[in-house]
Amino acid sequence: MKKVLLVLLVLAMVASIFAGCTPEPVEVEATEEPTEEVVVTEEPDEEVVEEVVDEPSVFNWNIGADPKTIDPGLNGASDGGNVINQTFEGLVREKSGTVLPGIAKDWETSADGLTVTFNLRESTWSDGSPLTAHDFVYSWLRAMAPATASEYSWLWHYTNVVGAEDYVSTSAISGLEAAIEAGVGGVVDEEAEELEYYTQEDIDTATADLAELQMYTPDTVGIRAVDDLTFEVTLTDPTDYFVSLMAFYHFMPVKQSSVEAAGGEEGTWASNPDLAVSNGPFVLTDYRIGDGLVLEKNENYWSADTVGIDIINGAFIDDQNTSFAAYNNGELDLLNTVPTAEIPRLMAEDPNFYVFPLLGTYYYNFNMDLEIWSDVRVRKALSMAIDREKITEVLASGQVPAGGFVPPGFLDNEGRDFFATAGMYGLSIDDGSVADAQALLAEAGYPGGEGFPEFVMLYNTSEGHQTIAELIQEMFKTNLGIECTLENQEWAVFQDTRTQGNYELARGGWLTDFMDPSGMLGIFVPGNAYNDPNYDNADFQAALIAASETTDPAVHFEKLYEAQDIFMNDMPIIPIYHYSATILARETLVDWDRSVLGTLDFSSAYME
Amino acid sequence: MAKYFIKRFVVAIITILIIATLTFVMMHSIPGGPFTREKALPEAQIQILEEKYHLDDPLIKQYGDYMAGLFRLDLGPSFVKIGVEVNELIALGIPPTAKIGLFALILIVILGIPFGIISALKQNKPIDYIVMFMATLGVTIPSFVVATLIIFVFAGGVPALNWLPTFGLTSPLGYIGPVLALAGYSLSFVTRLTRSSMLEVLRQDYIRTARANGIREYKVMAKHAIKNALIPVITYIGPMIAAIMTGSFVIEKIFHIPGIGGYFIESITNRDYTVIMGITVFYAAFYIIMVLLVDVAYALVDPRIKFTKGKS
Repeated sequence: MKKVLLVLLVLAMVASIFAGCTPEPVEVEATEEPTEEVVVTEEPDEEVVEEVVDEPSVFNWNIGADPKTIDPGLNGASDGGNVINQTFEGLVREKSGTVLPGIAKDWETSADGLTVTFNLRESTWSDGSPLTAHDFVYSWLRAMAPATASEYSWLWHYTNVVGAEDYVSTSAISGLEAAIEAGVGGVVDEEAEELEYYTQEDIDTATADLAELQMYTPDTVGIRAVDDLTFEVTLTDPTDYFVSLMAFYHFMPVKQSSVEAAGGEEGTWASNPDLAVSNGPFVLTDYRIGDGLVLEKNENYWSADTVGIDIINGAFIDDQNTSFAAYNNGELDLLNTVPTAEIPRLMAEDPNFYVFPLLGTYYYNFNMDLEIWSDVRVRKALSMAIDREKITEVLASGQVPAGGFVPPGFLDNEGRDFFATAGMYGLSIDDGSVADAQALLAEAGYPGGEGFPEFVMLYNTSEGHQTIAELIQEMFKTNLGIECTLENQEWAVFQDTRTQGNYELARGGWLTDFMDPSGMLGIFVPGNAYNDPNYDNADFQAALIAASETTDPAVHFEKLYEAQDIFMNDMPIIPIYHYSATILARETLVDWDRSVLGTLDFSSAYME
Repeated sequence: MAKYFIKRFVVAIITILIIATLTFVMMHSIPGGPFTREKALPEAQIQILEEKYHLDDPLIKQYGDYMAGLFRLDLGPSFVKIGVEVNELIALGIPPTAKIGLFALILIVILGIPFGIISALKQNKPIDYIVMFMATLGVTIPSFVVATLIIFVFAGGVPALNWLPTFGLTSPLGYIGPVLALAGYSLSFVTRLTRSSMLEVLRQDYIRTARANGIREYKVMAKHAIKNALIPVITYIGPMIAAIMTGSFVIEKIFHIPGIGGYFIESITNRDYTVIMGITVFYAAFYIIMVLLVDVAYALVDPRIKFTKGKS
C-alpha cells in the first residue's frame, strides 16, 4: 500500500511532464485567432492574418488574482465582480453613476415607495433559452438561502426587501437546534478556554428564537414574478438607492439548470465553460485555474449589436510588476493595479492612467473598551494632530484627506455632495488643527503629552500601511509629544486580533457596496461584525434607524448628517483618507467604463 | 538489497507522517482561518462554512479524518478555491512546474557537467577563468534578479531585444526566461562542483597509474576520472531536482506560471488548510523519493557503496 503510494506519486510526476507538453499552445492560439476564413496553423503568418476581413477584436486584460468564484450569487470579491459584470447582467446596469436599463426595460415605484415593479425586456440566456422574472425569483432566493452560504447575504439587510433578512437569518437555526439538543448543562463552546454551560434561560431563549426563525421561509420573502416579464419587489421602507443597487452582481440572475447541473456544485458551474450559461455581453469559453480565462461575445445578449469586443483574454497575474511589464510590452491592454512606485510618474506623464475616487475610508480604530481612550478629548487630540494632506502627498495616488467617515461621491436630497456639506468636524486637511489638539490634550491632563501612557499602533503587514503608520507615529510625537510603538501582523492574524479587540489603535478600511451613506456609517453599531472600535452610542443608532425608516429624502439625509455629527463628536476612529482607484488602459481601448463602486464594464467597449 | 529498500520505505512513510502531523499542528496554531476576510463574514455564515468543511469538529477528529484521507490519497477539498479538490490542484500545478523544472535540469546537466570538466582539464587557462567567472556570478545572483533582468532586457525593456513574452508558457519562447532563471544557480553550482571534484580525482594515484600503464588519455578520463568525479555531483543532483521543483515558486510568480509553487504560497496567505497540508505532504514525498533514487544511482556508479552498513 505504502509502496504503491510512492510509486504512484513518482508516476504522476513523470507522466505529467509529458502529458502537459502537448495541447496548450495550439489550444490558446486557436481561441485567440478563431478560424473563419483561413486555417490557423500553430504560428499564423502575420501577413495572412492581416488579409482576413473579419479579424476578431481581441482585448487582453489582467483580472488580478484567480477569483475565488465567478458565480454572481456566491461572489464577494472585486476581481470576481469584474468578470461577472461582463458575463451577467442584472435588472439594471450602472456606468459612472448613471443607471441604465438592463434586463429590466423600465420600472415603477409605488407612491408609498414600498413596491418596485420591474418590467423585463424579452431576452434570452446565452444558450438561447428565455430569461424570465422566475429566474430572478430563483436567483434571489438562492442568494439568500442559508444553504448557499453566500458571502454577501448580509447585504439583504440593506435592500429592505420584505422578509429577505429574516430568511437569511434562518442560518442560525442549526446552531439553536444544537443548543436545544445539548440541553441545560450542555457545553457552549468546546474549544473555549473556560467552559460555559447552557442554563435553563439560554434554552428557553433558544427555543423561542427557533420558533420565530422557523416561520421565515422563501414564501415570506417579498418578491414575486407577476408574469414572465414582470418582477415585483416589496420593501419594508422606502429605499432610494434600491434600483441602483440592482446593478450589483449579487442581484444578477443565474440559470437554475446550470447552477444545479451535475459537476457544477458550489458555483463551479460558473467557471466551467460547458455549464456556464449567462446573460451578459460576454460568455465564458475557457477557464484555466491560476492562469487565465477567455470570454467571447454573447451573440444572444439583448444588446449584442453594441458589444464591440469579440474576445477578452483575462490573465490572472497577481504580481503587479509582471503585469506592468506585460502592459508595456503590449501583451495586456488594461491593468486594474500598477506598482505603487510607478504611480507618481504615471500620474504626471501618462494620459492613459486614470485615478477614480473610491467609496471608502482608510482609518484607525480606537479600542473604545480601553481606559486609555476613555476621554473623548484624548481621542480628538490624536485625530486633530494628524496632517492628512502630508499622508496623501506621500502616497501620491489621488487619495482625498478625510474629514468625516463618509467619502466624496454621495449626493444628498438637494444634490450636494455629502462629504463637502458635512465639513471637517474640527479636523484640518493639513496641520492647521495641531494647536487645538495640543490644547485638548492639555485639558485632558497631559500637557505636552506628559504622562500619557505609551501605546501600540497595529496594522497589517504591507509597505503602504507601514509608511502611513510611521508618518502618524511621527506626527503624534512631534505634535503631541506622545510616544507609540508600531506593530504589524500578517493579514489573517491581524483580522483575528482586531475582531477580538486585542489592540489599542488598529488600522481599518471600509469600502461600501451601495450608493447611500448609511452603508458607511451603519457598520458602527453594536453587533455589526465590522464595528471594530466597539462603538456604542444610542443617539447615533437612533439617528440611523430614523434615517432608514423615513419616506422623506430630506429627513433621510438630515438624520444621516446628524448621525455623522454624533459619530465625529465621539471620534471612535481617526479618519485618515478616502480611497482612490487607479486604472491603466491603452488608448486603443475605447469606451470602457466602470461603476461608481469600481466594477469594470466592457459591454460597449471596442478596440481601435 | 530488498531489505534495505523496505527499511527505507518504512522510514520514508514515517517521515511523511511526522511532517504531516507537524504541519497540521503548526497550521492550526497560527491565528486566522480560511474564512477570514477583508469584510469579515457574519458569525452564522462562518458556522455554516465550518460545518460544511468539518472545521467545527474537535481538532483530534479533524486530524484523524485528514490522516485517513491521506492514506486513501484523498487530500480533501480546497476551502478557498470553491469546488476544487486539492488532488486536482496538484495535478493542475505539476505540469507547468515539472516542465520548466525538467528543462532546467536538462540545461544544468548538459551544460554544467561538461563546463566543469573542461574547466578542470584547462585549469588556470583563460577558458577556466571565464567559466569560473560566470559560475561565480551565477551562484551569487539570486534567481529573482535574473528573472527580473530577463524580463527587463528581453521582454520590452530594450526595444531592439524584444524577443520574449513577459509571462506565461503559451508560446515556446515563454520557457526561456523561467528555465534560465531557475537553472542559473544550480548550473553554476554543478559546474563548480564538477570542476573541483574532477581536479581532486585527477590528483589520485590510480589516475597516475592508469596513465603510467600507457592507457590513452581519453580513456583515462572517460573510464576512470569522470566516472569517479561525478559521484558528488550525483549526490547533489537528487536534492537539487527536489529543490528546483519545490523552490520554483518565486520564478512562477514573476513569470506568472500556474505551477504548484504559486498555489502553495497563496494557500498559506489564505489559510487554505487542506491545500497547505496537501502540497507540503506532496513536496515531502517527492523530496524523499528523490533522495532515495540518488542513493540507488550512487550505488550503480560506485560499486563500493553497499546497501547495507558495516559489511564492506
